[in-house]
Amino acid sequence: MGAEQGINAGDTAWVMISAGLVMLMTPALAFFYGGMVRRKNILSILMKCFACLGMVLILWALYGYSLAFGHGNGFIGSLEWVGLRGVGAAPNPDYSSTIPHAAFMIFQAMFAVITPAVVIGSLVERIKFSSFLVFVALWVTSVYIPVAHMVWSPDGWLRGLGALDFAGGCVVEINCGVAGLVTALVLGKRQGLTRPTLHNLPLVVLGGGLLWFGWLGFNAGSALAANGVAVNAFVTTNLSAAAAACSWAAVEWLVTGKPTMFGTVSGVVAGLVAITPACGFVAPMAAICIGLVAGGLSFFAVSVIKQKLGYDDSLDAFGVHGIGGFWGMVATGIFGTVSVNAAGTDGLLAGNPVFLRTEFVAALVTVAYCAAVTFVIAVVVDKWLGLRVSAEEEIMGLDITQHYERAYTMLE
Amino acid sequence: MKLVTAIIQPHRLEEVKRELYAAEINLITVSEALGHGRQLGVDEFYRGVKETGNLLRKIRVDIAVNEPFVDRAIAAIIKGARTGKIGDGKIFVTELQRCIRIRTGEEGPQSIG
Repeated sequence: MGAEQGINAGDTAWVMISAGLVMLMTPALAFFYGGMVRRKNILSILMKCFACLGMVLILWALYGYSLAFGHGNGFIGSLEWVGLRGVGAAPNPDYSSTIPHAAFMIFQAMFAVITPAVVIGSLVERIKFSSFLVFVALWVTSVYIPVAHMVWSPDGWLRGLGALDFAGGCVVEINCGVAGLVTALVLGKRQGLTRPTLHNLPLVVLGGGLLWFGWLGFNAGSALAANGVAVNAFVTTNLSAAAAACSWAAVEWLVTGKPTMFGTVSGVVAGLVAITPACGFVAPMAAICIGLVAGGLSFFAVSVIKQKLGYDDSLDAFGVHGIGGFWGMVATGIFGTVSVNAAGTDGLLAGNPVFLRTEFVAALVTVAYCAAVTFVIAVVVDKWLGLRVSAEEEIMGLDITQHYERAYTMLE
Repeated sequence: MKLVTAIIQPHRLEEVKRELYAAEINLITVSEALGHGRQLGVDEFYRGVKETGNLLRKIRVDIAVNEPFVDRAIAAIIKGARTGKIGDGKIFVTELQRCIRIRTGEEGPQSIG
């Protein structure tokens, strides 16, 4: 029993439930994305998301958790917890002294799963499945794990600079968005696209709704306790999602004449992304401002900038997660206040412009590191195994050619 | 009056439409179809069980035209749908006995276009 001294039942229960909520986000994302592609490719999306669950969870237990959160240098952890040796019922006070170390480990594992899963949005309808698996293993190991260590480990040098990222603005959102954009540029555009590929909007909305639900665990669970900071994160997360849903729909209404369901659910995700680094450090009214800006900004990124530049970030991992995540980090530097979290930092509006600069630097470092290493991985996998399917396979669809199955029948 | 029916690859539909519009043929009916020609369908697997020769998805395009437009319609469809690979599809031309515009009750060649 000695090992369990100091464990708080409420905190532990909340973190376990939150880990379950974050786990649900990957299947939710699968449907959010799956509805957006042509029906000949939906299974290939679902399959890639489940491949992230299947593969990354195991990598995480074998060595990923240890390299990300073990004691090491400013850049990477160590192999002290390889195979989860020593990660059990006793708490690790570096992260939380009131929950078992293993609860923190499995909660973090779900973040490592969903981050490469978001990258899928940039690669859809053309990436070869076998190459995707190799890409994900390399990317989680050499991009996700070091960034998580730099930002979240007590040894991490970005954390040492004073940068704060409550639930993953840098580690998850900027990381996956930038990785998506870079890999999409290496892959090239899909062929012969003349119209939007969306085939089942209700699936997109179902996935988006479940993402919102799961995100409550993602953000409020990151308090690692059932306390006031967690509740603040829970409140700000909902408000930002709501505000961004309204602002995306409103901008669309003004620009195109009608608000759309697709735009509204995209706004929800943009708002959730933007509040992710800020949710435990900002007040509710700030969260509404963050969400309002996030909806408009992401709409502009995907409907104006992407169209002008012509890159095929197919489902807007960069436009929503990259741009929204960057804005979230900047917004943390603007709206941060110790009045909601004593472990936080006052931002620009509380008279501390230095914190805004720190958040900006952390976001820029993440962009630069992620872009450089992702580029190398994508080019290496492309030269080695070929990232793309053949032109014929792309036309036939990835469901049949990569997995020998089809999602929908026309006849009984 | 002729009915031009084409079975084409789904991914060529946009090209075929563009070529038809360029040939000033703006009235088409499109439906989904399943079938296969000489390539004999595709294999699928369900929990390890192989199903051979499943039907491929195709698009069926029907166009009713007056005589001067028959060859133009055929040429446009071929231009839009041909990739040179197996599975490009077929065009069937059949005699059209009657054509009636529902709104006005008009019948015959003037009711087609």
